[in-house]
Order: sequence, then C-alpha cells, then structure tokens
Amino acid sequence: MGTFAIETRGLKKSFGTTHAVAGVDLAVSVGGVYGVLGPNGAGKTTTIRMLATLLRPDAGEAQVLGYDVVRDARAVRSRVGLTGQFASVDEDLTGVENLLLLARLLGYSRRRGRERATDLLDAFGLAEAADRQVKKYSGGMRRRIDIAASLVVTPELIFLDEPTTGLDPRSRNQVWEFVRGMVAEGTTVLLTTQYLDEADQLADRIAVIDHGKVIAEGSSGQLKASVGAGSLHVRLRAPEQRAEAERVLAGVLEVPAEPSADPAALSARISDPERVARSLAELSRSGIDVTEFALGQPSLDEVFLTLTGHAAEETPEEDAA
Amino acid sequence: MNATTAEPASAPVPEDALRRVLAGERPARPGPLLTSLTFGWRALLKIKHVPEQLVDVTMFPIMFTLMFTYLFGGALAGSTQEYLQFLLPGILVQANVMITMNTGITLNTDIQKGVFDRFRSLPVWRPSPLVGALLGDLVRYSIGSAIVIMLGLVLGFRPEGGAVGVVLSVVLLLVFSFCLSWLWTMLSLILRTPNSVAGVSLMVMFPLTFVSNIFVDPKTMPGWLQGVVEVNPITHLATVVRGLMHGSVPAGEIGWVLVSSALLVAVFGPITMVLYRNKK
Ligand SMILES: Nc1ncnc2c1ncn2[C@@H]1O[C@H](COP(=O)(O)OP(=O)(O)OP(=O)(O)O)[C@@H](O)[C@H]1O
Ligand SMILES: [Mg+2]
Repeated sequence: MGTFAIETRGLKKSFGTTHAVAGVDLAVSVGGVYGVLGPNGAGKTTTIRMLATLLRPDAGEAQVLGYDVVRDARAVRSRVGLTGQFASVDEDLTGVENLLLLARLLGYSRRRGRERATDLLDAFGLAEAADRQVKKYSGGMRRRIDIAASLVVTPELIFLDEPTTGLDPRSRNQVWEFVRGMVAEGTTVLLTTQYLDEADQLADRIAVIDHGKVIAEGSSGQLKASVGAGSLHVRLRAPEQRAEAERVLAGVLEVPAEPSADPAALSARISDPERVARSLAELSRSGIDVTEFALGQPSLDEVFLTLTGHAAEETPEEDAA
Repeated sequence: MNATTAEPASAPVPEDALRRVLAGERPARPGPLLTSLTFGWRALLKIKHVPEQLVDVTMFPIMFTLMFTYLFGGALAGSTQEYLQFLLPGILVQANVMITMNTGITLNTDIQKGVFDRFRSLPVWRPSPLVGALLGDLVRYSIGSAIVIMLGLVLGFRPEGGAVGVVLSVVLLLVFSFCLSWLWTMLSLILRTPNSVAGVSLMVMFPLTFVSNIFVDPKTMPGWLQGVVEVNPITHLATVVRGLMHGSVPAGEIGWVLVSSALLVAVFGPITMVLYRNKK
C-alpha cells in the first residue's frame, strides 16, 4: 500500500441479478496509464463508479491514493478527476460556463476561475467554441471539454471512461495526445476502453475484464506473450482458394489456420517462426497467389480470444453514442 | 478528411498550454453556502439558455387566475369582484405549489444525465447541487407570484395590506415552496422517469390544494372533510397569505406555516440525501 494509486480486493457490485462487478482485484501503480479493457457490459463503468465514490461496493475494498472509497470518500473526491462515459458536462451551458461553474465549485475566485477556464479551453483547442452551448459541439469537441472539465483542479489521478468511443481517428489521436501529455506531467490515468489497440498504444499495464472479473493482467507484451509467438496473416488473390490454403498452411505450420472475417484472408498462430517462410513457399508451389502477408505479434484481439474463448468484437455494440 | 465541418482543425496538441494547465494551483474548498449559490447560478444559466422552462410559471398562474375567477366567481361569491378578493391570495398559493412540482420533474431529467455524476464526484457539500437547483427555482416561483399579483391587480384585486403585506406574504410563500420542494426532490429520486414523477406529483397535488380553503370556505363542507382541511398545511398557508394581503397579521398561523415548512425539510431533506447518495 502507499505505492499504489489504486488497490482493490474482491470488489463486487450487483444490480438485481446482474453481477456487474464480480470480485475485481486491481493494483495500479502511481504514474502512467492503466488500461481496463473489456467488451460492452464487462463492468468497466461500474468499477470506475465505485472507485470514484459514486457507487457503494456490495463487497470488497478499494483504496484510491491510499484512501478508502467508502470511509474516506471525500478525501478521494478531492484528489481524483472523473470523465464519465456519457456527457459529463452540462449540455445546456456553454463551454466556458461549464468550466467556470466547476472552477467556482472547486474554490477559484470568479476572476481566477475565468482565467482557468480560458487556459483550459486554449489547451484543448476549444477557444473558438467557448461561448457555444456544449450540445452544439461535435463528438470530438465534446470529449475534449469532458476531459478539460476533469482538469479544473489538477487531479493526482484521473478516470477516463471510454474516452474515445465514437470518435473519428483524428479526434481519437488528439485524445491520446492529451492522455500522454497528462502522464508526462505526472498524473496517473486509469482508462477503460473496448479498443484493443488503444490499450496497446497507451497503457503501461492492462487488466482485461469480462463478466465483472479480471481475466488477465499485465503489460501489453506480457499479455501477448501468454498467448504465443504471434500469427501469420495471409491474404489471397482468389478467395475461393482459401480452403486449400488453409490445408497447406496447417500442413506446414502444424497448427490449424483460421479464416478471417475478410473472405480472402486467413491467419494461423505460429509456434516456430522458421516454418513461416516454408509455408509461404509451399503456398506459391501449390499455385495459390498471395497478395499480402504479415507476421505479427499477437494482437490483443487474439489475446482476448484466447482468454475468453470469444472475440471481443462479437459482443454487439449496445450504445451507438 | 472532411474539410467542411465547422470544427477548427486544431493543430497538434499545444503542449505548453497543457503543461501550464496541469500545473494549476489547488484553491481552498468553498463552503456549503457558496457551492449552493453556485449551483443556483447554474439553474439561472439554464433558464437563460432554455427559456422554454418558464412556460409553466407563466401559463399556470394566468390560467388559474382567469379560470377560477370567472368560472366560480359568480356561483361561489355572488360576483367575480368579491370572489377575487377572497380567491387571489389562494390562487397565488395554488399556482406556486403547482410550480414547485416542476422542480421534481426537472431534477429527474437532470439527474439521469452524466453531469450529475460529475457533481457527485466533486468534493463539495453533498446536498449543494440539489439546494442550488431549489434556490434557482425560487426565481421561477417569484416570477410566477409576480404574474399572479399583477394579473390580479389588473382584474381589480385590491390588497388592503398594501405592498408590505403582499411582499411579506410572497416571502413566506417562497419559504414554504422551497421546503415543499424537498418532497418532489425525493420523489424524483425514487421514480424512474419524469413522467412518473409528474403523475405521482399530481396525485399528491390535487388533494393538497383542493381539499383546503383556497377555493371555498370550509364551513360549507361536511364535518370530516373540514377536519382534513384543518390539518392541511396549504390551508394555513392560504390563511396567512390572505391575512397578510388584507392587512392582518395572523401570528399563530404564521407559526404554523413556519413549523410545517421546517418539518417538510426535516423529513424529506434527509430522505432525499440518503437516496441521492445511494443513487446508482
Ligand atoms: N444502474 C444499473 N442498473 C442495472 N444494471 C446496471 C446498471 N449499471 C450497469 N448495469 C449492468 O451491469 C453490467 C455492467 O455494466 P457496465 O456499465 O459496468 O459495463 P461496461 O463495461 O461499462 O460496458 P460498456 O462498454 O457498454 O460501457 C451490465 O450488464 C449492465 O447492464
Ligand atoms: Mg461503460
């Protein structure tokens, strides 16, 4: 203890018969980004809400920055920032009004609060939208004001619940930049995501959760290593040759090759990288044209598949935010 | 990418700006009064941005005053002019109590939104978002009261208590409304949708305002009903407002109103806070 920004033991929360969080143990060190990765309904939001003192755990314990989330809720609240999954600012108010409201609530004078609001809007590229109602913001701008609102008083720890869901690639990159910037300044970030590459890109450590339980934890590299050496991805010129290619690859690699979503592509886990070259040669010898191939570290998709027995993407998207 | 969007193509993250922002100070925590007033300011900003919210505080009072004066005036008091002297203070009470109902409906909508999560995660006095919302509503109640009184004056209402009596009665009315609002606040935390809040509120509201002395002298009612009217706080409130407006100071009744106001907060305030704290 003390060395961890967040520490939970057996954290549980149920809603009726839904066990949203079914015993979560986390140990998040100070500094850096900790990613919580899981599909829709995995319990990410519920976990964050308990850590941010908004929900009382049914069982288990959680310390945030050394304070108990139930007994020392107020101490926790004054040290963390929360950016909820859904609109976490008042959409009827303008950007500057929202930030000024929070600044006043957090103890800034009217004048300092206004300066603070202006600084934040500048830093998040929202200066021009300052006097527009937030409901008229684009998705990317909205997410940025959401994050800015969590930084009115610089938190030691910030929770970002799916900060990039529904954003286009450019806005997403922007949010990533902000996250990296915050980390560089010493803030600890706990972020949840459904995107495997987001966790891979940003997080120093990742907890994979599914059905309210942590099913794996470690650095992105460790998680990948636990799955195997990697995979060979192959794309064929003629999709109708896929069945044959599957047979050829399985023969050489001595592991089953799996068809991908793309009708002309397939992939295979590899245990021995040396066989890869041979398998490609064998394909060409069998008259199967390969248009692309890639040898990859296992993606977190594969990690997820291995860990849960189902792909993360299979879960239907519930919220079209 | 799409160049037609209004979004400024904000350049690479301005790192210096971000660094400056993150090096922010940590001001002292403000007290409960300041945070409540700040939330009250938020309510006023919302009125400014969404003025449609004022429909109920303008329409209810006008509707009630005109409807009851002309519909019942002749039948109940012989003439509308006479009835107006009796009715207007009561209508003022009725309109205000009706308007308080909207507090619950608005709050229910508001609390469903993500921004309430943020408010609840702030290190401020916990009831302040609710107290602030109710303080903001005092402005709405004042507007409603002003409309009723103005309309009354135009129609021929002449308060013998003068401006002082009128102002005093409005102040008391606001105190009572603020306290009664905690009942709606509680309901808004128990019920799931704004519609159900509206439904249940009406069910409470109708008996509360009609089984009182607002519209008719209770002497015309059967004995058991008179008993009910007698304990209804609205009856006492209407008596006080009527008294003050017509130049008397019903001290005992004022005490009654203040005590029932305090009771309303003492009972529904804590229940509301427990519900609010445990809101999922
Ligand atoms: N307030 C609530 N009342 C009832 N059930 C709830 C409530 N909040 C969450 N749940 C349920 O708990 C489970 C976990 O939900 P949670 O929101 O924590 O998932 P999540 O991982 O954040 O999912 P998403 O990626 O969709 O945001 C879901 O089955 C959800 O339906
Ligand atoms: Mg969620």
